[in-house]
Amino acid sequence: MQPTKEDCFIVEGKLALPYQYFAGRTGSRFLIALRDEKKIRGIRCEKCNKVFVPPRSTCERCFSDISQSWVDLEDTGTVTGFTVVRYEEPYQPTKPPYILALIKLDGADTPIAHIIKDIPLTEMKLGLKVKAVFAEKTTSTIMDIDHFRPQEDG
Amino acid sequence: MADTLADVEPMIYESQISVPYSWWAGDTASRFFRSLRDEKKIMGTKCAKCSRVYIPPRKVCPSCFSENPEWTEVSDQGVLQSFTIARRQLASLPEKVPVILGLIKLDGADTGLLHYLDEVDQKQLRIGMRVKAKFADNRSGGIRDIEYFRPAK
Amino acid sequence: MDQAAIIGVGMTKIEANKAGDTFADMVWEAVNKALDDAGMTINDVDNVVTTSNDFWDGRTISCMAVGDASGARHKNASCVEGDGTFGAFYGLTRALSGDYGTTLVTAHSKGSESISSLITNAAFDPIYERAIGMDMITACAMQATAYLDRTGTTPDQLAMVSVKNHGNAKQNPLAQLPMDLTVDDVLKSEMLSDPLHKLDCSPVSDGCCAIIIANQARASKYSGRPVWIKGVSFCSDSYFLGDRDLARAPSLAQAAQSAFAMAGIKDPATEIDVAELYDAFTYQELMWLEAMGLCEDGKAGSRLESGDFHRNGRLPVNPSGGLLSGHPVIAAGLIRIAEIVKQLRGEAGGYQIPDARRGVAQGVNGLCGQSHCVWVLDRDNQEKEIG
Repeated sequence: MQPTKEDCFIVEGKLALPYQYFAGRTGSRFLIALRDEKKIRGIRCEKCNKVFVPPRSTCERCFSDISQSWVDLEDTGTVTGFTVVRYEEPYQPTKPPYILALIKLDGADTPIAHIIKDIPLTEMKLGLKVKAVFAEKTTSTIMDIDHFRPQEDG
Repeated sequence: MADTLADVEPMIYESQISVPYSWWAGDTASRFFRSLRDEKKIMGTKCAKCSRVYIPPRKVCPSCFSENPEWTEVSDQGVLQSFTIARRQLASLPEKVPVILGLIKLDGADTGLLHYLDEVDQKQLRIGMRVKAKFADNRSGGIRDIEYFRPAK
Repeated sequence: MDQAAIIGVGMTKIEANKAGDTFADMVWEAVNKALDDAGMTINDVDNVVTTSNDFWDGRTISCMAVGDASGARHKNASCVEGDGTFGAFYGLTRALSGDYGTTLVTAHSKGSESISSLITNAAFDPIYERAIGMDMITACAMQATAYLDRTGTTPDQLAMVSVKNHGNAKQNPLAQLPMDLTVDDVLKSEMLSDPLHKLDCSPVSDGCCAIIIANQARASKYSGRPVWIKGVSFCSDSYFLGDRDLARAPSLAQAAQSAFAMAGIKDPATEIDVAELYDAFTYQELMWLEAMGLCEDGKAGSRLESGDFHRNGRLPVNPSGGLLSGHPVIAAGLIRIAEIVKQLRGEAGGYQIPDARRGVAQGVNGLCGQSHCVWVLDRDNQEKEIG
């Protein structure tokens, strides 16, 4: 006999775990510069001649310790990839539709992911020159950059 | 730790991972919970091959790996196989400590069931003691339809 | 069967809270120590196995996130969720497959970043068990009750395990909790869940371990001195606690028998020189000793009392201090293997067991020792000498 639908039990629950993520020495330096100086800092691997942002302690290419080679980056950069997010999820930083983009900061070799505002969705294009807009109030997270906007002469 | 961070303020990102789930109990567990809720009966599954009776019920016998067990009612009384008294308010505990947790082998079953014990003097607790289920007055089809086990009179 | 050896080991210090290191920083440190130990560079590593757990890492698909730090970029990298001994087992089979001469195995976790009780509660069945509020401590407390009841082992004897292991840790610079304790200190520490006091339980820890396994052809190519893998086996018991006899560990008995047989060991109690066991709780060291045939059933408590398992005893157990002195989940079993490697090479410093030739390491996965992995290691490759 097949049980009817109302006879099939569902146990409702959730997995919820609080975490304290320690940013570590390298991550902490990056966040402090962002918070206190509104500066975006990267790390250069001298051997591979690559500048990584977000910074990391070690170069995945040559497997060496690069944690001391800090470089200041510009707050301007170029969009190397983007999408328009049109579905809504609770973890999103802003209300859809919004532009999620990969931005290669001037002076960096790896792009960071962030959101772009102040441009009509239909005008968004690869290669757009953008500039960081810092948050008025710090949260000591990557959201101290509130968003990126098109450069005036972009 | 003090040395390594002497020159840098440690940044901590306070966050959480929270994901809602609906666990489908499946036919076997649903039937177990229906009997518990509607008839205050504890139903186990009996393997046709090895005759072992499983509580909680299983669709497949983990010993012989064979399907299609028979349903069989087990007693609401049984024997305490082991226990502990949780005294620190561990994050996992929904009840206020101290709480007694036990593993109970019901008469007619071959496996133990994890549940609460109550109405028992902590000093009287011992492996082998006879216990009996106290059913909840309001039953909604869950393992807490048995409120707890207490010493059998 | 082809022979395989461990040719390098690396461990971070075990700490309550490594605020200065992300999990990737820990992995990088351990991997580089292992490479230095073996006398290799990352280019000599043919493939990588990482061992991690999403809940302890606080991120999903966590195994992919440690790849960069373990030098896995553009290499064949695979992942194991569970104790590091199981990751090492997988790494061993890869080295023996003939496709890879060397395998780097890593295992890490940061217990400091979340709440262990909630993570282990989620290991229980959501339909029947989770609402009862079970977690690792309460479940193991129930197992301890059953073990004490069956064997007559006493709470004092459990406390002696804690005294011994925290004392051993004083010689181990990587241990988290070196302590001078008395049996009384343990018995007077907070009762968390009867019969387990706080000092019967291992701490919450951060740490990482890496080892490098090589097949016979590659084992002697580098400067690291190989320690030979002579027997490995694992075995699992039922998932539901109620389906098992909690007072016994038949799956460990089977894994140990099979690993010792593979190593040609007939009487492990006399042929093993040193053991590193998974003492997440005091009673477990005694229970595992008995199940592995390293001691008569039910007698581990009294043998401990007579000094058998101390550093100068018949069979030193956890000379490093064991999990009681530092328990980074996932890494803990791999650390047992690395500690035996150090012992067999004579590199264990202040806690070296003199002339240790053969050792056994054990890892556990699951609640109350559901699944066990046993490694028998040898200083010499006898088969090679005979051949």
